[in-house]
Order: sequence, then structure tokens, then C-alpha cells
Amino acid sequence: MFIPTAWKLGELEMNDIRVAVIRFPGSNCDLDTVYVLQRVLGVDARLVWHRDFKDDAWDAVIIPGGFSYGDYLRAGAIAARSPAMKHVREMAKEGKPVLGICNGFQILVESELLPGALLMNSTLKFICKWVTIRTETNRTAFTRSIPRGKLLKIPIAHIQGRYYIDEKSLRELEDNDQIVFRYVNDNGEVVEEANPNGSVSNIAGVCNLEGNVLGLMPHPERASERILSPFGTDHGKLIFESMIDYIRRYL
Amino acid sequence: MEQLQLSLTKREMEVIRRELGREPNLVEWGIFEVTWSEHCSYKSSRPVLKVLPTRGERVIIGPGQDAGVVDIGDGLVVVFKIESHNHPSAIDPYNGAATGIGGIIRDVLSMGARPIALLDILRFGPPIKPHSIWLLKNVVKGIADYGNCVGIPTVAGEVEFDESFEKNCLVNVACIGIGKRDRVIPSAAYRPGDLFVLVGGSTGRDGIHGASFASRKLSERSEKDRPAVQIGDPFIKKVLIDATLEALETGYVRGLKDLGGGGLATAISEMTSLGGTGADIDLSKVHLRESGMTPYEIILSESQERMLFIINPKGLDVIKSIFEKYEIPYSIIGKVTSTGRLVARFNGEIVIDLPSKLVANAPVIEREARKPRYIDELRRINPPPEPSDLGDVILKLLASPNIASKEWIYTQYDHEVGIRTVIKPGQGDAAVLRILDKNKAIAVKADANSKHTYLDPFNGAAGSLAEACRNVAAVGAEPLAFTDNANFGSPENPEVFWQFREAFNGLAYMARGLNIPCVGGNVSFYNEDEETGKIVKPSIVVVCVGLINDLNDIRRMALNSPGNYIGIVGYTKRELGGSEYYYWIHNIVGGVPPKANAVEEKKAIDFVLWGIKKGIIVAAHDISNGGLAISSIEMAISGELGFEIFLDKVPSESMRTDELLFSESYARFLIEIPRDKIDIFRSLSQEIGVPASIIGEVTEGRRIIFKHFSKKISLDLDEASDIWHSSLGKSVERN
Repeated sequence: MFIPTAWKLGELEMNDIRVAVIRFPGSNCDLDTVYVLQRVLGVDARLVWHRDFKDDAWDAVIIPGGFSYGDYLRAGAIAARSPAMKHVREMAKEGKPVLGICNGFQILVESELLPGALLMNSTLKFICKWVTIRTETNRTAFTRSIPRGKLLKIPIAHIQGRYYIDEKSLRELEDNDQIVFRYVNDNGEVVEEANPNGSVSNIAGVCNLEGNVLGLMPHPERASERILSPFGTDHGKLIFESMIDYIRRYL
Repeated sequence: MEQLQLSLTKREMEVIRRELGREPNLVEWGIFEVTWSEHCSYKSSRPVLKVLPTRGERVIIGPGQDAGVVDIGDGLVVVFKIESHNHPSAIDPYNGAATGIGGIIRDVLSMGARPIALLDILRFGPPIKPHSIWLLKNVVKGIADYGNCVGIPTVAGEVEFDESFEKNCLVNVACIGIGKRDRVIPSAAYRPGDLFVLVGGSTGRDGIHGASFASRKLSERSEKDRPAVQIGDPFIKKVLIDATLEALETGYVRGLKDLGGGGLATAISEMTSLGGTGADIDLSKVHLRESGMTPYEIILSESQERMLFIINPKGLDVIKSIFEKYEIPYSIIGKVTSTGRLVARFNGEIVIDLPSKLVANAPVIEREARKPRYIDELRRINPPPEPSDLGDVILKLLASPNIASKEWIYTQYDHEVGIRTVIKPGQGDAAVLRILDKNKAIAVKADANSKHTYLDPFNGAAGSLAEACRNVAAVGAEPLAFTDNANFGSPENPEVFWQFREAFNGLAYMARGLNIPCVGGNVSFYNEDEETGKIVKPSIVVVCVGLINDLNDIRRMALNSPGNYIGIVGYTKRELGGSEYYYWIHNIVGGVPPKANAVEEKKAIDFVLWGIKKGIIVAAHDISNGGLAISSIEMAISGELGFEIFLDKVPSESMRTDELLFSESYARFLIEIPRDKIDIFRSLSQEIGVPASIIGEVTEGRRIIFKHFSKKISLDLDEASDIWHSSLGKSVERN
């Protein structure tokens, strides 16, 4: 079990869980994420305009998908330099769960809260499709209730999602158990055919050293209700449930 | 006037002079040229469009405003509209297609609705020539880059490849929105004293005279018209959508209109003309992208990402604070007046003073119509001999770009954003979008059949509407209303105008027969190449919206369980004229295409909707392009299950095997029925009076088997699936 160093058990009272979903200009999965948290998971989730975002009011923060600032310059680059990200960094330091989905992942990488970089897909095209990812670790705030090795059906939708990191840092990621999800085939094998965008080592999501900051390219909010899944699954929900469980236990 | 090269006719110029009682100044001439262009005024098409039924108990707003509005109960409305961006896309496919998306989103937004889905309907030359592939790749990229960024899913569409679209590709885009019934905003200015607020991107010199450019044929000169293609900015659009939706919540927005063809001139004249009011505008207040712009350029600029708001002055500060929060530029450019005149000033001087109604209502042009000679010639052909290896023919057809899966295209579009997309591209006959927090969904689909319409405009257009309704019904939705986009050559050509008139008569016939109203539309003329004289095949694109009142009634096309029966609904006739089989296998565009019969269509649709409600239909797919053979194989590929079908059980005229397999007769569906529901199936077909038979069953093995008396065709499902999935992508990537 992973216990963040910045936190001691039992200091916080159980509260209604409050999660901020930050809206940058150009965010477009913000309302979807709020909807799923509120209606599917019963969390007190709020849409927060980036300039109104402060770190102290929230148990967790989610940076949703989209094209913040139009992804001009580089995906996520402009949002990463916004004052809101100072507050996100503060929350990360405090051990609170920080989740970046798709463009949110790009922003976390650009903010150096997560290692690596996200490059143009190897196909050079936008890809929208359902993929299978394998849960590589359950020591994070977002995978603690998911068995290691569990396969999740989940959609991707991006043009800059090819995870890149140099070989030495990749080994460090592996040694530190920071690779959270990998693209796999239906049998759970890491193979080239299952890699939709050319990511290094089929990486779909990584976390920080402490395990409270997660970035991933697939969209859990689009995979949290059976009606939306071609496979009748709701695997995205597991990620949010882990986050809730983590907050209940440690915050 | 000579040096201005006005595209107004002599007669139109006389009307303007007579109505005004004076010579208009240069700016005023420019306004008439744009607002009286075919593109903005519908001056040729208006008398023809009148034949369509536009009323229905669910219709809140029909044709004539930015988009149609239809009641779906629970205080909610669906808002939808289609538009073409053919001309700009033929010259600059990337920006042309992208701005098409931008414009159609604004149309839906301006009715007070949240845009929730996009559809695009495309026509290109066969994807083997470099020019056609260049157009295809860039149009798709333009749609993808814009639609994905703006956060509205592209959920459905339709693509056809045909030589007539080689130079003149068709790019039609539709947007669907959802809103509250009591918050619908008119595209009109009703109250004098209200303020005109121009919101969004700054006004530049781009796109000036785009509307008049779209009212001409494509020619060598068109390359020089590139500045008439606007440049879009999806990021600004996204922020504009968010800000507009927030502004609408305040209740201070009294009117709203998208700035499209003809820019401010069209928007202001149409809003005041519809509202019976006038306007007093100060053009020097408009926020500009470049300095030194003349009043002529400012009022006619078609710069993208702009909306014109009519604001209750009491709420001005609230509205201003919203735009400031989103950092969106705006300018308060004038007032609604009671004068009925469109007055514009520039640096204190009056530069325009015209009656709104005159600007917004160009006189109708009565066009001559004559039946084209090609029709009788092409229809009179001898049927080609039946090929010996029909299995091979089926595999070839699966590879036809008109039949093969369009996943190379739709995987480039985000079709999931918004978390409403229940039936996604490739899964069913229509896209299904759930209504959040309700046990309800809407289904949307676009259809057109250019080859049928070319050979028989009346029946082809009627069939296009019927097919859209069938597709919506196949996923379990009751068709509610439709919108159409007509794509034709020059209306000045009597043969083209005949096609146009016939097509709308056919559309009206089917609309009345199915009792489904038209709530809006768009007409695109002049889709022809001046150099080669090639005219596009006439294409009536229909977008149908349907309602599903229970999420359990949603159906996909995938076969579900081995042992289930496969049934056919409807009667199969020897109708192969204009079929994909004739075109792709026999290289024939000719013959007599299917005849539309609204009574039969209605029965077939009723049967499917009732069958779904009663639980006897677990999968449904309409029969269209490629006939029974292709429809059944698509169900097999989607469900990864084989089947055995006995063609002699198909209710039909006496026909050859190839005719049974590939006839494109209308009013037909394939359905999957659980074995224990067979009695209900029989009694329902008798009750409704529709021919319906069990023709085969779903099998465990991965074989596709058709039997016709002693003949047997047996194909490997995996081989068929691979061909169908990969052919289009291979063709595009290879060339």
C-alpha cells in the first residue's frame, strides 16, 4: 500500500468529497467529467474557470481533455504556464489526487509534474477508437482498487498522444513503478499491433514518484457507463472509484 | 458600374433603382450584390422549395431562420441545420471544410441550443486520382481539426465517390443541437431600442464576396478566388460557444444570428426584415483585424467566428462581463429601430440607407426547365449478363469505396466527446445520442443517392428521404423531421433546373407520405466545372432526426446469436438501375433505378418500429447500396457471426440470382429475430400488411452462405471482413 509522505493518517475528518474540474479556454471534456463524477459517482464535482481556481477548497483536481488555448504552440504548453497550474502543483505537493486526462496529461507533462513528452501520433492522424489498456500498478491514488494486470476497455481520441521518454528515464519509470497503463491486445499482451499511436513501451499513462498525480491519454469519463461502451463495460469508473477511496482513507 | 462587374442582372438593377427612387452608392450596390446572390437569396429555388410540407405538431420553428427547431417532449427541443461548403472546399479543401463546420455550429447555437453532434456528407471523384485523394484527405483533415478542437462529436455522415465530383467535390455539413423549449432564440430583431452587439473574431478582409463566389461556376479564375475562402479558428469558436451558452442563460439575449455569407449586411437585413424593424449601425465601432478597411469591406466581410447578438439594454453590463471573462472581443455597433430601414454610418457619415425588406428579399427568378435528353437514353439499357462467379463479385463489391467501411475517415473524428454517443459510426444505421438525465435518445442520419437521382430525380430524391427515415427507424427511432441540402449545377441551365424541380417534387411526395415535415434546408447551385463542362450528379442530401423514447429500444446492426432467424421486410424488385453493382462490376451508370413508394415505406418503417418495441427485432439494417448481399454481410461483419440465407425465400419478382442479391429496391430491411418470436413476427406482418419472410439464420461458423435453389455461394467471413474494413484506407494511402 502506498501512503504519501506528505500526509499522516487520521488528521482529516471525513467530508463530502469535493473535486474541481478545471476549465481552460478550449477544454472540451470538462462537462463530461463533471457529469460522470456527479451522476455516476455521486461526488460533489464542480466546473471551475481556470482563473478562479485555488488549491485549498478541493480534495482532488482533474484537468480534463480538450484543446486548451487551441493547442497552439504545443499541446498543453500555454495552460501549463497559467496561474491555475501553480495551485495544481500545490495540491500535488500536498499529496492530493491530481488527474490529467488527454490534454490534461499533456498539460501535466508540460508543467513537469509528470515525466516524458507527448508527441504527434506515429500515424500523423487524429485517432478516435476504443482500445484495451492493462493496469500496471495499483499503488497509485487512481488504481488502488483495480487489480494489477486488469484489462480496461476505454476510448482514446487524440493526435498528440505518442508518449516519449529516453531509455534511461524509461528504466527509472519502470524501477519506480511509475508506468500505470499500457496499450495491450485482447489477451493482455504488450504488442506493436495494440499500440495505437507509437508510444514508447506502449505507455498509455504514467504517475509521479509519489503516485498521487496521474496522466493518461485514454478517457475514463467516456468509459464509465455501460450504455456508452461497445463492450457493455464501465471500466473508466474504476479509476474514479479508486480516487474516491483514496480520498476517504487519506484525506 | 461597369468597372465593378456586378453579378446582378439588368432587371435586378432596375428593380433596385425603382424601389429606391435613386441610384444606390457603391457600398449599397455591394450589399445588393451579396444579399441578392443565389447563395443568400434563394431567388431561383424559392418557388420550387414551396412544395415541401413544413408543418407538424412537433415543429416549433420551420424553414427561414438559422435552423429548424423540433419539440422532443420534456421541455426540450432538437435544433438542426445543414449547409454546403462545396465551392470553397473545391479550391481550398482544408479551410473550406473547416469553415463549413464553423458556420453550421453557429447556426444551431444562434437558436439558443447547445450543439451536440456534427454530420458530414461528402462526394469526391474515385479515390485513385491524386487530385481526388488530395481533396479527400484535406477535407477530412479540415473537418477533423476543426470539429475535434471545438469539442462537438462528428457522429455520422455519408460518402460517395463518382467521376462527376472530381473537380467539384461536395462538402455538406450538418449540426444537431439540444435546447430548452422556452429558451429558443429567434434569428430576428423584434424590439426597437435593443442593441446590436457583434461578438467574436475581429473583422478582416477575408471572405469578401464569398457568397457571390459560391453563386458562380468553378473556373480557372477560381484559383484567384482563394481570398474568398475564409479561414476558421476552432479555438475561438469553442470559447465563443461557451460564452454564448452562458450569455443565453441570463435571459437578456433577444435575438442571435450567425454571420455567414454576406457578413453583417445579410445578418442585419435578415434579422430586421424578419422582425419588421430597422437598424442604425455605426460601422466605425466594429472591431477590425486590419486598419484602413472601408465601410464596404466592413459590412461585407465574411470573417469567421462572429455572432450578432440582439441584447436587451438592461442586461448589457451582465453580457459584457461574460464576454470579458472569456476574453472575447465584442463591439456595440448599433440599435434596432422602428424605421424598417437599414442605416449604417461610418465616421459620422451615412453610408447606407436602404429598406431592410428590399435588401433581404431578392425578386424571384422564374427559371426555365426542360427534361434532359440523357435520361431516356441511359435508362434504356439491356441488363448485363450474369457473372459466373458471384462470390467473387461480392468480394469485389465489398472493396468498392462506396461500400467499404469508412473507418479511415471516421476514426479521425472524435465521435465520443460529449458522452452522448450510444451508437457510434459503423455500429448501426444511424448515430444515436442519448439525452443526458433522461431515458431518451435521438437518432440522426444523412443520406443521398446521387446515381439514382441522376437517372430519376423524382424517385432518387424521394428514395434519399426514405432511406434516411429507414436508417433512423432501424436503430429504433421514430422519424420526426428532416432538413435537406440540394447540390446541383447551374439553375440557368434548363436541364439542371428540371432535375431540381423534379427532385423537390419527389422529396415532397415522400415527406407527405411519411408525414414528416421539412424544417429547413440549403441549396447549392453552380456545382459544375466551367473548363470541362462537367456537372455534378444531382444530390439531395437529407438529414433525418428521430426520437427514441426508451433507451432499451436502441438497436445495432450486428448479428447477435447463432440460431436466430434472419428476416427480410419489404418486396424485392428487378431494380438495378443506378446500382452500385452496375457501376462497380459492370461499369454502367444506367438502367431504371428503384421507384419510391411512400405507402410501402411507411409500412416497412412501422413494422420495424413495432417489431423493436415488441422485442422481436434484436438487430436491424436497411437494404440500400449493394443490395441484400452487402447489407447482410455488413450485419455479419459487425457481429462477427456467419449466416445462411435462402434467396428463394425472399418475397420478390422472378429474378436472376445476381438481381436478387444486388437489387436496390427501396422500402426494405433485414432483421434478426429470436426463434421464439416467430409467431409475433408473422402476425405483425399480417397486421401491418407488409411482405416479410424468414430467409435464413445466424450461424456459429464464420461462413457467409447464400443459396438460390441449386446455386450456392460460400464466403469466408474473415476474408470478407478484412476486405470491407481495409479497402478504402489502402486506396487512399497507396495513391
